[in-house]
This record gives sequence, C-alpha cells and structure tokens, in this order.
Amino acid sequence: MTQRRPETGRALVATGNMAACAVLGTAPPLHVNKLSCLFYRKVCDVHRHGVARRFRSTRVPDQELVGVVGLEVHAQIRSSTKLFSAAEVGFSAPPNSLVSFFDASLPGTLPVLNRRCVEAAVTTALALGCTVNRKSLFDRKHYFYADLPAGYQITQQRRAVAVDGRLVYSLLGGRKRSQVQTKTVRIKQIQLEQDSGKSLHDDQRCQTLIDLNRAGVGLMELVMEPDMSCGEEAAAAVRELQLILQALGTCQGNMSEGQLRVDANVSVHRPGEALGVRTEVKNINSARFLSRAIDYEIQRQIEALERGEAVQNETRMYDSKSGHTIPMRDKEGLQDYRFMPEPNLPPLVVYEDRRSVPEGAGPGAVVLEALRESLPELPSARRGRLVRSYGLLPEHSFTLVNEDGLMEYFEAVVKETRKEPRKVIGWVTNELLGHLKQHNLSVSDCPVPPSALAELLELQEAGHISTSVAKQVLQLMWMDPGKGAQEIVREQDLGLVCDSGDLQSVCQRVLDSNPDQVRALREGNKKVFNRLMGLVQKETKGRADPVLVRRILEDKTS
Amino acid sequence: MMVAAALYTIRRLLGRLRPLPFYVTSRFPNTLDSEQNIDQTVICFKATQVPADLVDKLERLALVDFRTREGLACLERAIRFADQLHVVDTSGVEPMDSVQEHRQLFLRGDVVTEGDCAEKLLQLSSTTEEEYFVAPPGNIPLPTREDRASMLKHS
Repeated sequence: MTQRRPETGRALVATGNMAACAVLGTAPPLHVNKLSCLFYRKVCDVHRHGVARRFRSTRVPDQELVGVVGLEVHAQIRSSTKLFSAAEVGFSAPPNSLVSFFDASLPGTLPVLNRRCVEAAVTTALALGCTVNRKSLFDRKHYFYADLPAGYQITQQRRAVAVDGRLVYSLLGGRKRSQVQTKTVRIKQIQLEQDSGKSLHDDQRCQTLIDLNRAGVGLMELVMEPDMSCGEEAAAAVRELQLILQALGTCQGNMSEGQLRVDANVSVHRPGEALGVRTEVKNINSARFLSRAIDYEIQRQIEALERGEAVQNETRMYDSKSGHTIPMRDKEGLQDYRFMPEPNLPPLVVYEDRRSVPEGAGPGAVVLEALRESLPELPSARRGRLVRSYGLLPEHSFTLVNEDGLMEYFEAVVKETRKEPRKVIGWVTNELLGHLKQHNLSVSDCPVPPSALAELLELQEAGHISTSVAKQVLQLMWMDPGKGAQEIVREQDLGLVCDSGDLQSVCQRVLDSNPDQVRALREGNKKVFNRLMGLVQKETKGRADPVLVRRILEDKTS
Repeated sequence: MMVAAALYTIRRLLGRLRPLPFYVTSRFPNTLDSEQNIDQTVICFKATQVPADLVDKLERLALVDFRTREGLACLERAIRFADQLHVVDTSGVEPMDSVQEHRQLFLRGDVVTEGDCAEKLLQLSSTTEEEYFVAPPGNIPLPTREDRASMLKHS
C-alpha cells in the first residue's frame, strides 16, 4: 500500500482557490507555453554557493547545505469529456453548464470511466518509461469542501495506473550557456484522479460561489522523487514534461489556465545526510515562478537553520508579487482522508497486446502494444534529430523545440532554400523569433510564411542582396505581409550595388573625408579597415557588394 | 454510506484490524437491527467500548452524529458485528476489495452526451447566485463536543 503523505491531497483544494483567482480577473499571461529557455539563463550554483559561503562564516559545518526538491504535478487530461461522466471538458464556459448529474453528486449516479483518459495516462506513462500496472485500483479520498460535492475524490491510492518512470531533462550550463547538462528525475507514480470544482470567494458578502464545470475533469497526478536541487532544475524538468505532454497530446500544458499545476516539496540538508524537514509550496502558476519560489524557499530554510531555528513541516503559498513564500493559514490538524476502495468501480485492467484481450472485453480494451506503437516523436528525439540531420548546435535545437511550431517552420524554410541549415537557423531563432517576441505572436500567427523567408534567404545566398539589406527586407515583409522579398527589393531598389565604377567613387569619397583613418591604416592599424568598410556600407545603405568594396579599398589604401 | 465510512475509520483508528472489504461494511446498516444475527459466542474481542474522545474524532471526520446513548450503542454494535469476521480463517486467501473484482470495467467512448443542465441542478440548491451555487466561506470545522451539544439544544 502506498502511504501518501497527508498534505499532498490539499493540492486539489488549494488549486481550486488559485484557479478561482484567475477567473476573478488577475490577468493570466497569454503565451505561457512560450517561456522558451528563460530558465536556462540562471545558474543555480551561483545562488547556492553564495548562501553556503555566508553559512560557513557563522558555524563550521563540513559540508554546505543544499536544496532537495520533489514535485507533484497535476496535469489535466486533454479529452472531450470528464473522467467519469460524459459532460464536456472546457475552460471558461458559463458556470455550471458543463456539469452532469454525476458531477453534481446526485444520488443514484454512478461513475463510468472514460477510455480516452485511461489511454492518455497510459501513453504518458509509456513515454516516461513507467511500468504500467496491468491492474490498477480506484479509491475514495475524503475531504469536506464545497467544490467537491461528493465529499470525496476518486483517485488511485493503493495501486496507481503506472509506477517507476523517469523524466530526462536538460539544462544549458557552462559559461556561454551552451553546454547541455542532462539530468534525470525519477517518477514514482502516475495516478488517475478527478479534478475539483472552482470556488470564487466573495469576501464582502462572506460567501463562496461554486462552479462545478471543472469538477470531475480527468487529471494525471505525477509524483516525482526528490531528485532535484534548485528552482532552475525543477523549472527545466517541468518544461520538459510540458513539451512531452504537448507532443503526446495528452495535456495542453497551459499553466495559466491550470492545465498543469505544480506543487513543490522543498527541504535542505547536507549531502549524504538524511533529508531535512520539508515544506510544500503551492500556488505556483508559471515555470518562472516555480523556479523563483523554490529558490526562495531553499534560501529561507537555510537561513532559518543558520539562525538556529527549525524548519516547520507546513504548506506555504508563493506570493508572486513579493517573490516570497508565506505559510498558509493553518488548516485543521486532523487530516485523515479516510481512504477506502471505490465500491462502484472494478479494477482497471490494461492488456499487453491484442491477443491477451479476453473475449467479452470488447473493442474498447486498452492495449499497451497499440499505444506504444502510436507514440509520436518526443522532444528529446526531436532535438537529437535536428542536431544530427542539420548539424545544428544543441542550444539551437532547444530553441526550436521549445517554441511551438518553430521546428516545423525551420524545416519548411530549409526545404525551400539552398542555404545551409546552419545559416538558416540564425534567421529563424534570432530574426524571426525576435520579431515574434516583439509583437507577442506565436509561430502560427507569423505574418511571414516559411516560403517567403526562404525566398528572401535565396536572394541573399545568391548574392543579390547583402545581409543587412536582407534584415531590412524582413522588417518590410513583416509590416506588409503578402509582398514577396523580390518585389520589395525591386520596389525599394535594395539590390546589391556591384557596379565597380559607382563603388569606386563612393569609396574614394569615404577615404577623402577620413584622412586620419587612412593614415592609421597605412601605419598598420588593421582594425580601421572594417570601420571604412562600414562607412561605405552606410553610404550605400548596406547595398554595396562587400567583396568588391574590400578589393577597391585595399587597392586604394595600399 | 457515512456509517460505513465511519466504521472503516474506527477500524483503522483502533488499529486492531486490517482494512475491511468495503462491501461487507456497506451491507451493515441493513442488518443492524437484527441483533440476533450476531453470534456473540464467537467474538473474541471485548474492546467494543468506544472512548468519548474517539467518538468526537469520528464525528468530526465523518460529520455523523453519535451524540445519544442509542447512537453510541449502535456504533458499538456495529463494531461487534464486524468483529465476527475475525472468526473466519482467511489464511492463504487473497483479500478482496469488491465483489465485482473479476468483472470487466466498462470503458466509455469520449463523446459528450451530458451536461448543459445548469438550471435543473441549480433548482436543487437552496442558495444560488447567477449560475453559481453558494456555499459558506471556507471550511467551518465542526465545533467541539461541548459547543455542539449546546448548539443542537438551541436549534
């Protein structure tokens, strides 16, 4: 029997409140799944060492205190209907419109398990290398809360659908953030359970409004072992999980809509010693906040121990405004969930292959073999393929995979141009992505289609326009979608100036007006040469053929 | 259902028994009145007297009222009834959770056929606001035994 820690179950209640806040109007950031590699930027070791140094000066421990982080992730299953009822799953629908009699816990209603939810959980389990239990069991976990109308949640306590998996994630480390560090976090189990409804607290009128639209939506709870040591690692692990779930299509993974909810268990200890007392941090609704909340909590615990205080086993809430974690109002000490077997559901059985499905199980049986075969390419495999087949740097492969649709965009451009993929990548990850970020657009909203970018890059590759002009043209294409690169170049007369006579006179003009620089060059200061090149390009608005300009300038200054 | 759940808790709290198969306890309330069904001679446990603070804890957990002497007696009879199970020799028998254990669990296709009945559901609630159910703010813990008694007296 898996003994679940009593606090973990509060997740449902707390997230219910949190999501309610979101409904109340604290504007959620729109493109949360586009955080890209924000969290690769910070080096967690710096933070830890800083703390450790201070610690050493007060007492003299042999080893510094380090953080230990475990996560519990609730992922809303992407399905049309709820886990046990045929009511629709939807975000921001009119209150209580997506509620069946079962979801409202009317007497006489019974749970009917949604096959899609089982398949989603099993698919996720397979992608994370879990052992899928051939037989898993449902249990009731009781708590008394208004957005849980039955007074219990159907979950899997004794035997979850899958156990013992691993999530492999990567961090970019090293001085230039270009070294890929691969880490692993063990996944203890994946269980199916019901989501709760949402509560809207009306403090003025001292009442709570209940919306049961979310009540009964299928969740996969992923319990991770405490294998991480800082916020950056946790955020990278969650980001990787998010990408995997999105690739599988088992969860949309939008944290701001509560489709992916993370609770962090944080403690500190000296390596090799027993784990310290842990706290649970809740109310984290973005990957960036997750990282900050955990780092704050680790530091807070280290400082508490430094002062000779003890860390309390408690549930804390992350306040994104202050960046602090604060203890949640002490809930009643009595936390007996009165787990008991769910009497209305026989065990859930999944089969290894078609042949092992007994007669009478019907066509609806869940078969591992079939799900394994239909697993899509996972993010790690995608990155590997990008590096192998296009010769990209690992950090570029991260950027492409992190941004929804960017990899497909890049591949489409590569297909239509003779330009080397390694040269295309800069255009996609710097220029294009820069424009997208600046306008807060997703790749699917990009006004410049891959074929148009390919056309532009072709012009540059063929030597018809210079790099700086190409950048200008991209800008113009962005503002005037529908116009081709060639058309813009022709209209604006941006083509490369290759006429030797024209360039000769421009170069002469530049040299004449900068006698000091010419003297410096003749005295052996080679750096000046590039400055003169730049001045010529400025004169020609970046249209001069650099090879020709170089030759002319060399002739004239030697 | 509440009594059954409470009974399940008692067993765990008393720490004397392993968890009971649920279907057994769920049948219990129906047979409660026929005291003659209980074979007193085979019951080897005598600790069916439930201390007051345990009753209090159970009430708080299960929100079931055992206040009266009859209530307490009923609870004790329930425990005695269940204790009969100890007489059965179950060595080598794998415990069951449900009599449906070997039945196929039906899996439903992912097609919307329910919902869109907010009006009907909200009619059942005494207090609503717009399309919401209305509940008191937060969880109000059950008052302690003394307060509860006086509260109930006045109600």
